[in-house]
This record gives sequence, C-alpha cells and structure tokens, in this order.
Amino acid sequence: MANLIYLKDVVTLSLDEGKCTGCGMCLVVCPQEVLVRQNGKVWIGNRDACMECGACMRNCPFGAITVEAGVGCAAAVINTALGREGSCRCILERDEEKTGERLPLAGPGPGACY
Amino acid sequence: MLQTAVGPVPEVTSTLSWRDLWGHFLARWGVGRMHFTVDPGIYALGRPGQDSPVLVTANYKMSFDRLRASLPGKNAWILVLDTKGINVWCAAGKGTFGTRNLVHSIESMRLKELVSHRLIILPQLGAPGVAAHLVSKSTGFKVIYGPIKAEDLPAFLDGHFHATPEMRKKTFTTWERAVLIPVEFVTALKWTLIVAPVFFLLGGMGGPEGFWATAMDSGLFAVYALFTALAAGVIFTPLFLPWLPGRAFTLKGMCMGILCAGCLALYRGWRIEGWPDSLEILGWFFLVPALAGYFAMNFTGASTYTSLSGVRKEMKWAVPAEIGAGITGLVLWLGSRLLA
Repeated sequence: MANLIYLKDVVTLSLDEGKCTGCGMCLVVCPQEVLVRQNGKVWIGNRDACMECGACMRNCPFGAITVEAGVGCAAAVINTALGREGSCRCILERDEEKTGERLPLAGPGPGACY
Repeated sequence: MLQTAVGPVPEVTSTLSWRDLWGHFLARWGVGRMHFTVDPGIYALGRPGQDSPVLVTANYKMSFDRLRASLPGKNAWILVLDTKGINVWCAAGKGTFGTRNLVHSIESMRLKELVSHRLIILPQLGAPGVAAHLVSKSTGFKVIYGPIKAEDLPAFLDGHFHATPEMRKKTFTTWERAVLIPVEFVTALKWTLIVAPVFFLLGGMGGPEGFWATAMDSGLFAVYALFTALAAGVIFTPLFLPWLPGRAFTLKGMCMGILCAGCLALYRGWRIEGWPDSLEILGWFFLVPALAGYFAMNFTGASTYTSLSGVRKEMKWAVPAEIGAGITGLVLWLGSRLLA
C-alpha cells in the first residue's frame, strides 16, 4: 500500500547541514524514510512523512537534527490540557534529560496508551 | 535455569502456549493490559553461550512473547528492560525504554561477564528513547538497531545484521489497523453504554402514543444511532482509513459518520412523516458525524504516522467542529422530541 501521509507542512524537523557528517545513523532509525542520503550528504527528502518521534535527533551523535519530538495523539493533548494524569494515560511532558524537548509519557505507535 | 558466569538465568522457549495466546487476546481487548508483564532481567532463549546475540525488549509480555516466538531454533540472550509493562515504541517515547535504563540494565545484569562480544541488538522502534552513541560511550556496548518487526529478526541475524529498507519502514496495513480496533471499541463502548440509556429515555418524550411506545420507537432508534456512530468511529474509520477523504482523522471519521447517518436514514426512511421526523433524522446527521469524528480523532494516538504538530493543528478546528456539530445535533433531536 502507498504511504499514509498525515497533514502537510506542519512538521518541526530540521537538519543542520554544517553539523551533519553523513554518518547515516538517522537513516537507520527513521521508521518513515524521511531522510535521504546522496553522495554522502543527508537531506530531508520526505518531510511530510515525519511523525516527530525524535529517534533521529536522539541518535545523531553530532546534534545535527532538531525536532519538537512528541506523540501524535489527540488523547494526550486533551489529557495534558485537562491536567489529567495516570500510568495508563497518554500525556505530554517535559523530558528531564534535555530541557525544551517535549516527550510523551506514552509514545507513538499502535496501542499508544496501553 | 541456565547456569552462567553471572549466576542462574531463566530459560525460555520460542513456543507460545495457549495461555500466552489467550493473554494476548485479552490484552487486545484491554483486559488486564496494565498487568500483562514479565519480570525485567536477562533470559536465555535456547542454549545461548558467550557468543550469542543479546536482544533487548520491553517488559510488556506481548513484546517479550513476540520476540521469543520469532526465533525458533535460535540461541540468544534476551534483556528485558523495566518499561512498566509498556511496549517498546510507546516506552521509547516515554523514555523508560531509554538510554539510562538500558545502561543501568547492562551494568546490573553484568552483561560484560555474560558475553564475550560487545554488541546489543535493539528493536528499531526503541530508537526514540535510546541514544546509541551514549550507550556505547558509557558501557562499551555498541547498539545495533534491528528490524521493526520481530518476524524479520531471523533474516537480520543470519544476514550479518543487515536490515533491508522494508524492515526499517513502519507500515500501517489493514491487519495492523484491525488488531487495534478491539481496545478502541471497548474504551468507546463504556461511554456509549452510559449515554445510550439517557437517549432512550429522552426519546420517550413527546408523541401521541405514550412514553414507552415512543421510547421504543425514537428512543430505540437513538440507541441504534449511537452504536452506529461508535462503529463508524472506532471500527469502520480505522479499517477504511487510507480510502477515506482528507488527511485529518476527524475529517475521515466525519465522512464515515455522514455515510453511516445516510444508512440510518434509509433504515428509518419508511417512517419519515412531517417535521418532527425530519428534524430527528437531521439531528442524527449532525450527531453521528460529531461522535464518529471524535472517536476517529482519538485514533491518531494508535496510528503509526501522525505527528504531534499535525495533531495539534487538526485539533484546532476539529474539537470546535465536533462540539458544534454535537450541540447542533442535540438541539435538533431534542427539538424533534418537543415538537412531536
């Protein structure tokens, strides 16, 4: 089946070409084939396919990738807005390790909140 | 128990018992899901030795079972991280399937004494939580990201840790969407079962035929309509997701809702006489899409390709649209009861 693509022109992914060494780690971890490498250079080939999971940013040894990582989950947005919490609920929360980076309590993917 | 350099290690097989499969089935329906766990730690699959690969997973039992079931005839160590019973991808998003937890497990399980090599294989979907370079810096173990699906592991292991592009891409096939339906259904059903009796009783208001006769007509129809909305949002929308118009899930759900409201109207067709009946049906043309749209919007969390930025953008119009359509439908429907 063809790729399922979510909304266009919303993704916060960016790549600093100056820092990128072309090691290709981001290509390995990306589950959506967003990044492409040609002649040793990586570029964002399929921006709208990005689901902002943050795998590329976290695994880039050179800090060349930034993305406002989070979970694409409406329930998480609602729960966070309403101040609900609980082990079984999706919420968005600040990551302790890196300030300013948003990480979900329960992440993306099937069965996200369970 | 397998006796090793680091003490006895529990042995597991790649065969799933009926009890395991029954547990998977229940978890799919949301039963006992938060307690469907295995103890974190190291396990021996087959007869692993010092050279055997180390595979890392979460302590959600379904994740653990699917990993071991995919490796019949293989010898491997399975390192189970404490993710509080959450699957790999979700736990990676949360950070419990994360760098710190992994580093701690490698050290506390004395992996360096257990194996002679310095490689650990992680599922690719653990990558949102784990910084591979930081793990190797602090433990000496090089992280290798394996394929997304456990089924591809034998080919990956036999192929010198090479994953094909297909193994690296998360799909969202009809079957992958279908298995998510039960738990979505059960969650939404709880709300529907609370609301449906209220609609049934309110449906008895008005009309010349007495309360119960009217309730058995309009009230019962309201119950049908609510369950139709439920089915539209949590069953049909996920199933037909790629073929429904638009990109926003709410839009897809609302379209399915309108389609289902149309079916309801056809079913009701022989009874539409005069204003109250027309208003009643019109009300459901707002209420069913509103509910289906809301349920569909919530499916973003279970989908494999939505981004937070996108969901925020969708919700900006979707939530007001759902509330607006819901209130409009409710007013029309209640109006039809008062006019009847």
